[in-house]
Amino acid sequence: MKTKYFLPVLLVLLVSAALAAMAVAPPAAGTVTGKVTYTGTPPKMKPIDMSKEPTCAKEHAANPVMTETVVTGPGNTVEWAVVYVSAGDQGSTPPSKTLRFDQKGCQYIPHVLPMQVDQNFEIANDDPFLHNIHPLPKLNSEWNKSQPPGTPAFTAKYDKAEFISVKCNVHPWMHGYFVVLPTSHYAVTDNSGSFSISGLPPGKYTLTAWQEQFGTQTQDVTIAGGETKNITFTFKALPY
Amino acid sequence: MRPKFEVLALFLGAAALLLTVAAVPCWAQMDINIHTVTGPMESHVGDVTGNSHDGRAYYRRSCIGCHGPDGDGNGENAMWFDPTMGFAKPRDFTMATFKCRSTPTGTLPTDEDLFNAISRGFETTNMPRWQALTVQQRADLVAFIKTFSTKWETQKAGTPIPIPPEPPANIDSILKGRQLFQNMQCWKCHGPAGHGDGPSAPTLTDNKDNPIRPYNFATGSRFKCGETNQDLYKIFMTGLDGTPMPSFADVIQPPDAWNLVHFLRTLQPLDSPEAKIWKEWVASHGKELKPIGPESAPGGGQ
Repeated sequence: MKTKYFLPVLLVLLVSAALAAMAVAPPAAGTVTGKVTYTGTPPKMKPIDMSKEPTCAKEHAANPVMTETVVTGPGNTVEWAVVYVSAGDQGSTPPSKTLRFDQKGCQYIPHVLPMQVDQNFEIANDDPFLHNIHPLPKLNSEWNKSQPPGTPAFTAKYDKAEFISVKCNVHPWMHGYFVVLPTSHYAVTDNSGSFSISGLPPGKYTLTAWQEQFGTQTQDVTIAGGETKNITFTFKALPY
Repeated sequence: MRPKFEVLALFLGAAALLLTVAAVPCWAQMDINIHTVTGPMESHVGDVTGNSHDGRAYYRRSCIGCHGPDGDGNGENAMWFDPTMGFAKPRDFTMATFKCRSTPTGTLPTDEDLFNAISRGFETTNMPRWQALTVQQRADLVAFIKTFSTKWETQKAGTPIPIPPEPPANIDSILKGRQLFQNMQCWKCHGPAGHGDGPSAPTLTDNKDNPIRPYNFATGSRFKCGETNQDLYKIFMTGLDGTPMPSFADVIQPPDAWNLVHFLRTLQPLDSPEAKIWKEWVASHGKELKPIGPESAPGGGQ
């Protein structure tokens, strides 16, 4: 008697479960990949004289650290450019991951740290001497903290979107950027100028590429479900 | 005799010129539009309440020449302040970043901090002590300078850092402070003897990329942010925002901070109790001291 209804009931349950799954499942997310490149002649990077901090001078003696204003890669590509969704973002996931910014060998690692508004990031001093970390925002609050060797990393965040230049007053060659963005859809180019921004729901977006020397450029891109679009940003480089 | 035509013309021309000059008001008294970005502001200093409406008039009279109609430090006198000669540019109120605070680095100062800055002036700069203004007028000015930045609408002043009572200075506290001066690498900017001539000193710039000099302790008591031991404590525990001087609040414990204050006093050519203790000790033990600087810095030198 009961077995008679078993199969149809199961079937109905399965079909409705499948329908429900289809209804709540988000449409497949798309990806934008590409490269940031330049035309023209970019400025030449110079070796940094770290003789004022003998430990660092010694550490990099064989392979001097170069300035990082414009770092180029093979095929006229640009490293340390930030690409992000500047319009069309349909709600970004709140940031949960804590990022990290290191002071190591008298350098900032990474040179450019993109982050989302209100995202926590850690600032650490891995060197056996003191650094002062002095970001220079205009919209956000400006602070300046000393970090003697061996002090634990401290956590910071910014509540307004801004490109923030970072410096160490003790070691004036140290220079980096905090790029605070109102979106979680961002990427920084690697040493081949490549970037990839995934998890974009179908829609129309404006993407902005920013480079500390070249400024910004924008491109519109439309993403269909599950699609991967490839775009290239090209900056005109001038030696300075 | 009829006057010559030329003489008449000259006379008429001169009269016309005089009339024209009289009609143009003196430049210095011309009305300058002050550009503020917030609504009315208040300040609270003790039991005095200042308001920006009244402060506006005092700003126009006393401050606009240097700090400018936009409050950005670009008044007509500002061009004569040469930071390469050690003269700081007037404060840019649009940034709402202030050196002398009782509050942690990265926070707005209290109304009292700003009031004290106006009253005290800034040693080594062109900012005078505004003792000639009444307390009410100075409080009104505090309220008014807030109208140059919307940060005063969106943020609250920081909570003043706690300052425990000062323990008495003795040779032990001074020597510990000296060790801290070495370990915290104060000498990298301020120099081994505190003369403002450390290895990083020539490259220092402020947040507007103007050159800036580290404090030279040999100049005596001319601190920018007050003269007392408490003021000195606040300087390195809050940092002087906008300048290369960072905050040490997270890395120096309060008892150590007082040790450092006691040592810093010995760097000044003053008749302070600390200097007296130090001189007596150095006379008999001076040879035991390791010099301050890269030689004894961990990881530095050699």
